[in-house]
Amino acid sequence: MYAFLFFLIFLLIYTVFAVYAERKISAFIQDRYGPMETGYYGLLQTVADLLKLIQKEDIVPFKADKKLFKPAPVIIFLAVFAGFAVLPLTSDFAGSSAQIGIFYLLAIVSLDVVGILMAGWGSNSKYALWGAMRSVAQIISYEIPLGLMVVCVVMISQTLNLQEITYQQSIWWNQINPEAENYLFGIKALGIETTNVGGILTWNILRSPLMLIGFVIFFISSLAESNRAPFDIPEAESELVGGFHTEYSGFRWALIMLSEYGMMLLVSFLAVILFLGGWNSFLPNIGSVKLAEWTSGEPGTLAGHLWGAFWMISKALFLVAVQMWVRWTYPRLRLDQLMNLSWKYLTPASILLVLLSAVWRLLMI
Amino acid sequence: MELEAILFYFFAGITAFSVLFIAVTRNILYAAFALILTFIGVAGLFVFMGAEFIAITQILVYVGGILVLLVFGIMLTHRLKGQKLKTDRYQMLFGFLISAGIFGLFIQSIHSGAFSNLPWVDQEYSQEVELKSFGLSLMTDYVLAFEVIGILLLVALIGAVRIAGNARKEGTDAA
Repeated sequence: MYAFLFFLIFLLIYTVFAVYAERKISAFIQDRYGPMETGYYGLLQTVADLLKLIQKEDIVPFKADKKLFKPAPVIIFLAVFAGFAVLPLTSDFAGSSAQIGIFYLLAIVSLDVVGILMAGWGSNSKYALWGAMRSVAQIISYEIPLGLMVVCVVMISQTLNLQEITYQQSIWWNQINPEAENYLFGIKALGIETTNVGGILTWNILRSPLMLIGFVIFFISSLAESNRAPFDIPEAESELVGGFHTEYSGFRWALIMLSEYGMMLLVSFLAVILFLGGWNSFLPNIGSVKLAEWTSGEPGTLAGHLWGAFWMISKALFLVAVQMWVRWTYPRLRLDQLMNLSWKYLTPASILLVLLSAVWRLLMI
Repeated sequence: MELEAILFYFFAGITAFSVLFIAVTRNILYAAFALILTFIGVAGLFVFMGAEFIAITQILVYVGGILVLLVFGIMLTHRLKGQKLKTDRYQMLFGFLISAGIFGLFIQSIHSGAFSNLPWVDQEYSQEVELKSFGLSLMTDYVLAFEVIGILLLVALIGAVRIAGNARKEGTDAA
């Protein structure tokens, strides 16, 4: 229950400032100032925009299919927000601790496709319909490399529970499994035990260095999943006006935007948990200089909560910033290039990585 | 009433009403979207039986995959070609009789089966689904079925590529 309230409030506040950050980052990349007038340094610009959006008339096109048009934004938002239910924020603070955590997350997030289809169809506009079709085709295609990368991580960690995956990348792993051991690069034959060294050495990207490639594939697919540039052909302004949400206005449009930014945050959290150590500090213990222990508290204590939340949120926000950086520096891919990238490069590469991960797992035990 | 009971009736209600809606509506697209609701409701009921894995698989395969394909198919055939997609009702009387008969049969057999008196119904199922044992039995006891399904899917995949591939001549009405 607390996790529900926390993530809801956090998502709202985050979205307001993420939109501001997006405008500022795009402005800096393009040698502009961005919003400067409202509030100090333009800080209140998004708040003002939001107030305007809420007051706007809720326009439903006369010929729209109202039964599909109206609930569509709610369904998109619900699908994205339901994904937050299984995320562990700190070592002792998480929503559901269901064993099938990551599996549930992938399934429930794929429901936003339904909302997008409803929006595109219900709008009764060719731009919206084409936008929805492109969007759905893209999301379904990129779900394959994304899912296979998750499979790789699951093979390395032997569990679907996100909290357990995070514990394995932590110096506190022995607290839930006294016999567990981490080795440098996951190779037991090297004999360098890193269970109590922690830090970046036990993150999944270094527990099995193959995951470095895996992380890149995951990140590219997650950009496509959240319909962000360079994969924003579904809302290509020059062709489709605004994509599947062309006909929306006011609060419903705000809800769609909230879902887009929520999706960015969700995939960033997921990438952090799966590859970048979740709520763990990146500093390792070096001999008697216990950097990892100083920068993370015991699970269950107040320090554990604060440090955990700090690392988790700052890593996720950093990834969100990278997503924005990518958006404003790369041109968008053409539709056929987009499909080529997914089906001809990322998918075969992911299948290969799944195979190699299985081999790597044999080195780890 | 307990929260669990309320949630159970909620999911059961979703399932029942959406199925009823599919039977009544004449708009195929609405029926497809209602079917999504049905699957979600059924997935919820699976969770109550302690079969979380089945529930999530249900959502992933049916809602995320098959139904989206269904809706896609309807959209491509309908709005892009400008026809209305409505179904008519045929054989109302026979349909009603047969479904009422099957319903009666089910009620009868469930009552005579007296499920609530069976010894294993009251046993508490272990809340934690043992995924490890599930995976192990899939790869040992049921490995033949598992592999056969894999081959079936591979055949379907190759067939799809063959049908949709470049070998097909472009029709005159290709969009």
